[in-house]
Amino acid sequence: MDKHKFLELPKSPPVDQVGVGDRINRVQSRSIKKSTKMEGLEMVLSMIDLTTLEGQDTVNKVRQLCAKAKRLHEPYPDLPAVAAVCVYPSMVAVAKKELKNTGINVASVATAFPSGQTLLDIKLDDVRFAVDSGADEIDMVISRGKFLQGEYNYVFDEIAAVKEACNKARLKVILETGEIGNLDSIRKASDIAIYAGADFIKTSTGKIGKAATLPVTCVMLEAIRDYYFKTGTQVGMKPAGGISNAKLALQYLVLVKETLGDAWLDKQWFRFGASSLANDVLKQIAKQKSGSYQSGDYFSID
Amino acid sequence: MGRLKVLKTYKLYIGGAFPRTESGRYYQPKAEDEKPMANMCLASRKDFRNSVVAARKAVAGWSGRTAYNRSQILYRIAEMLENNRAHFEEELILQGSSKEEATAEVDASIDRWVYYAGWCDKYTQIFGSVNPVASSHFNFSTLEAMGVVAGICPEDHALLGPTSILAPIIASGNTAIVVASKSRPLSSISLAEVLNNSDVPGGVINILTGDAQELLPHIGAHMDVNAVWYLGNDAAAWKQLQVDAAGNLKRISDINSDKGLMDAGWETPYVLKAFTEVKTTWHPIEVIGASGSGY
Repeated sequence: MDKHKFLELPKSPPVDQVGVGDRINRVQSRSIKKSTKMEGLEMVLSMIDLTTLEGQDTVNKVRQLCAKAKRLHEPYPDLPAVAAVCVYPSMVAVAKKELKNTGINVASVATAFPSGQTLLDIKLDDVRFAVDSGADEIDMVISRGKFLQGEYNYVFDEIAAVKEACNKARLKVILETGEIGNLDSIRKASDIAIYAGADFIKTSTGKIGKAATLPVTCVMLEAIRDYYFKTGTQVGMKPAGGISNAKLALQYLVLVKETLGDAWLDKQWFRFGASSLANDVLKQIAKQKSGSYQSGDYFSID
Repeated sequence: MGRLKVLKTYKLYIGGAFPRTESGRYYQPKAEDEKPMANMCLASRKDFRNSVVAARKAVAGWSGRTAYNRSQILYRIAEMLENNRAHFEEELILQGSSKEEATAEVDASIDRWVYYAGWCDKYTQIFGSVNPVASSHFNFSTLEAMGVVAGICPEDHALLGPTSILAPIIASGNTAIVVASKSRPLSSISLAEVLNNSDVPGGVINILTGDAQELLPHIGAHMDVNAVWYLGNDAAAWKQLQVDAAGNLKRISDINSDKGLMDAGWETPYVLKAFTEVKTTWHPIEVIGASGSGY
């Protein structure tokens, strides 16, 4: 592989943990109401990667999820559809068929998700299988074990190799921030992923207890910002796991807007990986429209 | 120089925790001598919303417990009240009761928990039935908890009010949100402090203080509330509640609002029944009549 096409990986700047905490506190105390809230909620819907990544996934479960992706809530047909449906490689073909001509992408996890503990060749086969089945986006996991051992070059080369295997599919790189330690390490991993060719960086698999948080996202957004200032190239961001209510999702949007600006407030550059977020957002929209607090009984099961 | 008394701030009880109201508002109910008794939270609609979320989350666990275990927990509440009766009597006197009235109200409250503790594993036998049907089915009807039930306390009886609403509601496996008396709210939160030490899982009981009039439209219209029990005395509010409740056809009840809380006839299992629904099961059996049974 031609290494020269990559920019030299810079030394990652240290992260001011107290400063990040302070910023997040301010983001969280922001009050978003009325029409701004409605616009924000609809934007959140359009940015969701509706996800099912379970051992118990069946063809019909995936078809059901795709049906939901197309029409989130029957009483409000004008709401935006979600950005993508995220499934395992074996389900890509099913999802692709269901979502034909809808504009909704099919994303597939790959590279021995969620642990990533296998050989590179097997990971690349995994990616090629997903891409050949029709995946528009690939969500890979980095080798956290290698990262923690300090083998940064291995992690870098692996991401670059996966990127090549992705062909035209966009690559999201999952750092699994809950496993790689403190904010400095997260910044380091973000830089590695971005410089190795990630189209998106993503916080978590959703398979371990510690999933996306605002401080972690803030640090990753700053890595994206610094890269943009240096190269003029946009990289996307996807927090995933643990974002299950609308209020929190709106706080993420505030953080994105204030760190990266309006250009990133688009499903092309920002996504939420979530399974239960959509229903909470729908409930909030229904609350805004009807005036009364809503019940899960009146929304589809996800 | 005299000592300046420290007024207690009574917080809300939501999901097994004691948060302040999200609105930051408070009020000071006055004693008979016009001096403030305490600082009370003036709960907002968002506090109510949070309570519903907590109560909904607790439904599966609470209704899934054995009736026997719920009974034990209700009895435990009575034990803990008995243990803290001096504090409750003192607080009732502060809120305008005489010594005799306070003693009688604490007695009645403890007895009411014991009364409904006894009903937990018995009401289905009384109200359930095995139904004769003309097909090969064993057919039976039982009562089940409805889910989340909100209750509005009467203005009098600071302790017996919330007790009387909570005991029958949670006995069947419902979870509850009560709005305390505005003028006499202290005992409701003291009761919450007892409940929190009585094996009652967080979220099963939630207690709000403040203005029921302000909260009622939001309670009535909330889609995730299954029933409302109104023991206030405002005819217009009761009427409006009936209108608001139509949104999700939630059940509304004013059962026992015609009786005094201290009346001997107050305690009946029909109060418990008012917040349950009938579930009928058709269980296939072999040829009807083969067993010689009339069912």
